[in-house]
Amino acid sequence: MWAIALLVFREVLEAALIVSVVAAATRGVRQRGLFIGGGIALGVVGAALVAWSADWLAAAVSGAGQEVFNAGVLLAAVLMIGWHVVWMSSHGRELSRQMQAMGSAVKAGASSMVMLLAVVALAVLREGSEIVLFLFGMRAGGADHLWAGLSVGVVAGAALGYALYAGLLRIPLRHFFSATNAMLVLLAAGLASTAARYLIQANIVPALGYRLWDSSWLLANGSLPGQAAHVLVGYDAQPAGMQMLFFAATLLLLWAGARWARGHAGAAVAKHALPDGLGQPAQ
Amino acid sequence: MKYTGSIAFGVLLSIATSGLAVAAESKDYTLVLQDHRYQPTELHIPADTRVKLEVINKDPSPEEFESNDFPAEKIVMPKSSATLFVGPLKAGRYHFFGDFHQPTAQGTLIVE
Repeated sequence: MWAIALLVFREVLEAALIVSVVAAATRGVRQRGLFIGGGIALGVVGAALVAWSADWLAAAVSGAGQEVFNAGVLLAAVLMIGWHVVWMSSHGRELSRQMQAMGSAVKAGASSMVMLLAVVALAVLREGSEIVLFLFGMRAGGADHLWAGLSVGVVAGAALGYALYAGLLRIPLRHFFSATNAMLVLLAAGLASTAARYLIQANIVPALGYRLWDSSWLLANGSLPGQAAHVLVGYDAQPAGMQMLFFAATLLLLWAGARWARGHAGAAVAKHALPDGLGQPAQ
Repeated sequence: MKYTGSIAFGVLLSIATSGLAVAAESKDYTLVLQDHRYQPTELHIPADTRVKLEVINKDPSPEEFESNDFPAEKIVMPKSSATLFVGPLKAGRYHFFGDFHQPTAQGTLIVE
């Protein structure tokens, strides 16, 4: 049972960390529970579908289907986080001012929320599909205590995710959205780096240096803190050059995008002082 | 933002495709999974060489070939095989495992 619980825990933890950062980043948004719950539900359905088509996926793209699919899912999540981060940099200040003033839920841009719902769904889908495949195999092998292991793993992983969420909520409101935005940016950069890792494994992109350094002695990829750092800030004990490039490119693009949006928002506010303090996402 | 997004995607895509031509001289090696054990449990591969590794799964359940010592993470479906590229690695011992059956599916790459 413990072997099952441990594997499930590790997969759930990865998704839960992403979900908790997203949950924190959407603090104070009306109907946010619906969006996050919906994202998780969609992800679970998606995970079953992915596991169901795993045979086909394995054979696709001359055997590199898995890598291409994983990289695609990761990069899609990067784009969606990017959208939200850029949107927040033009509306975040109003959002936190409104929250401070009213101390209640505010309306956020629907498109930005849909993006984050998709990020949650993709995170759950990616980790969940592995759990489904694993459980499917375990069931075929007649393993004992399957459901107990699954429950323990899910609860433990979700609990750790919730602990991160609760910790993030302690950040003072004044700095809150800058902090969660920064976390989202790092998260996205890390996902991009992981995408590069898959593409290198399939020989689709050059590695540009297979192992720039090895910090396994300090923080190993397989350890729990290493895994958490991997999800949250894209830590890799043995990164390839291409991973660094993907990481840096994401940081740079999101930073530039946010700066650009902030400039635009400033201009818009000066023009007609947004009626409710919030507008549609910048085009 | 739409533009920034598509530019970002375009940049990533062009980075991705520019590498398609890269095919390091790679030799083929094979690992077989049976009864959730790797055969051989110690696989010898040359140092500083990128190798193509085929993992054949003879079991009726899926497995994930994975390592924390070198980048590798690939699901191998039941009664099927998967191919991935490993290395180049420096001489040494590198541990790998089957993520779905860790109690038994353990092995070592001997790079020399």
